[in-house]
Amino acid sequence: MLYDKPVYRLMADRALLVELGDEISPSVNKRVRELFVSLDQQGITGVIDLIPSYRSVLVMYDPLQISISELENLIAKTHKSMDPAQIPGPKTIDIPVVYGDDYGPDLEWVAEYHNIAPQEVIRLHSEHTYQVYMIGFTSGFPYLGEVPGALFTPRRETPRTHVPKGSVAIAQKQTGIYPVQSPGGWHIIGWTPVTLFDPQADPPSLLEMGDRVRFHAITAEEMVKWQP
Amino acid sequence: MAAVECIEILSPGLQTTVQDLGRFGFGRYGVAPSGALDAFAFRIGNLLVDNPENQACLETTLLGLRVKALTDVLIAVTGANLQPRVDKRPLEMWCSHVLKQGEILSFIGPLSGCRSYIALGGGIDVPPVLGSKSTSLPSGFGGFEGKALEAGAILFSDSPHAKLVVSQRKFEPKWIPTYPGKWVLRVIWGPQDDEFTEQGRQTFLKSSYQVSSESDRTGIRLDGPIIQRKADIPDSIISEGQISGNIQVPGDGKPIIILGETVSGGYRKIATVISADLPLLGQIRPGDEISFASVSLGEAYQVLRKMESRIRVLKTSCRLMMKNPEK
Repeated sequence: MLYDKPVYRLMADRALLVELGDEISPSVNKRVRELFVSLDQQGITGVIDLIPSYRSVLVMYDPLQISISELENLIAKTHKSMDPAQIPGPKTIDIPVVYGDDYGPDLEWVAEYHNIAPQEVIRLHSEHTYQVYMIGFTSGFPYLGEVPGALFTPRRETPRTHVPKGSVAIAQKQTGIYPVQSPGGWHIIGWTPVTLFDPQADPPSLLEMGDRVRFHAITAEEMVKWQP
Repeated sequence: MAAVECIEILSPGLQTTVQDLGRFGFGRYGVAPSGALDAFAFRIGNLLVDNPENQACLETTLLGLRVKALTDVLIAVTGANLQPRVDKRPLEMWCSHVLKQGEILSFIGPLSGCRSYIALGGGIDVPPVLGSKSTSLPSGFGGFEGKALEAGAILFSDSPHAKLVVSQRKFEPKWIPTYPGKWVLRVIWGPQDDEFTEQGRQTFLKSSYQVSSESDRTGIRLDGPIIQRKADIPDSIISEGQISGNIQVPGDGKPIIILGETVSGGYRKIATVISADLPLLGQIRPGDEISFASVSLGEAYQVLRKMESRIRVLKTSCRLMMKNPEK
């Protein structure tokens, strides 16, 4: 459900969590993006970072530069007056994936768990267009939702300590891509040669919150020849 | 500005990284702030060697590193007392000194606190990445080649000789923080304190927690009484942005104080450490005891302003010293 008015929650004297709804849904997330972009466009003095997520925007501020009441008023005003037509639309990005084998060591397990063929997992995973609900966990990690119902899969019982950069994985109702090597508890079903995070690039992340993502299967041979 | 070979790392100790005040403005891309965990000691260190407050310094943990000066350089060591030495002589902390070419700065080990800062006059010449020189260990970028320092690394500094003429600076001794090993951290309830039982909130306030050995730059894990959340709610929440100082309570009920290496998380946060106590988090070490005291927003602002005024006093006296170098 989308709230009529934002719900504010304090994080001590330096951040304000602005909640716009109570669930993971495309409509709540769209509203979050609208508020995030509107606040970002204003460049409010004293705001040092904005972190949009599924249903909230976290506003980090310098309490020596702006008071909490001033900030809350500005946010409330923005929320009331923002015009979705003024918000630039999200982009759609195609991500090539080599599914299975060494590239996706958990593909077989996921197929068995759902009692379907690995090819069916690939078809289900790549026929859907996903929404980037948020970027978090590590630099550039996109939380993509939602996977088709037939692919809802619990997390791995034992997380891996090293998930290779580029791994495409699923857990619960979500899918994601590991942009840097990190620990991880999701099931790895494939790998992409696409660079998701490059700290030297501007912006450093290929994907932004609100973007759309489509996966398409490529073979290992096509992957070798793949050019960005 | 001329970059000069300044120091060589002979041994990095347990962990030494290049840090500044952190990387802000990229949270939307999942980029965490990183940065000096004890920003107070860090800022004082820079001011003592006549740097801007946000110049990159070394952050060294518990056992401390060994470095050799490759040229004369003004240094200051602040933060944890890891018993710094220059060659065999003890080095006074919270005070500027000239480290002479060939001299070796080393540390005996921790007397109090966890992390020392070594500021070099002229700073550390590494390329800023996304607006900051801080090392992001989880994502492997920033600082010195994106990782903790290793033996043999040579660090450059910008015109370190220009700082050698600065007369000795000392931080007001009565304002030097102490790191007792038994901490009372001041917190403000929330953002999700309302999702814990009254008993859970009381447990949090009245218990003493022990710092687990699994703590690192991402978080301080605590052992102690379990904090009870309300019945009939799942152990995790929909992931949301988070900040350094958030005290999250995962499914097992044992609190973790989040530090600056993540921007999001999916656990409830019962309370958040106030800004003025945030630097202390960098000085907490495994085995320490922690309890929490709840304060109002007004009190939090008051102590923050007091801390900032001490930094301002140091800045003013530095400026006066520059104007009257004979004094």
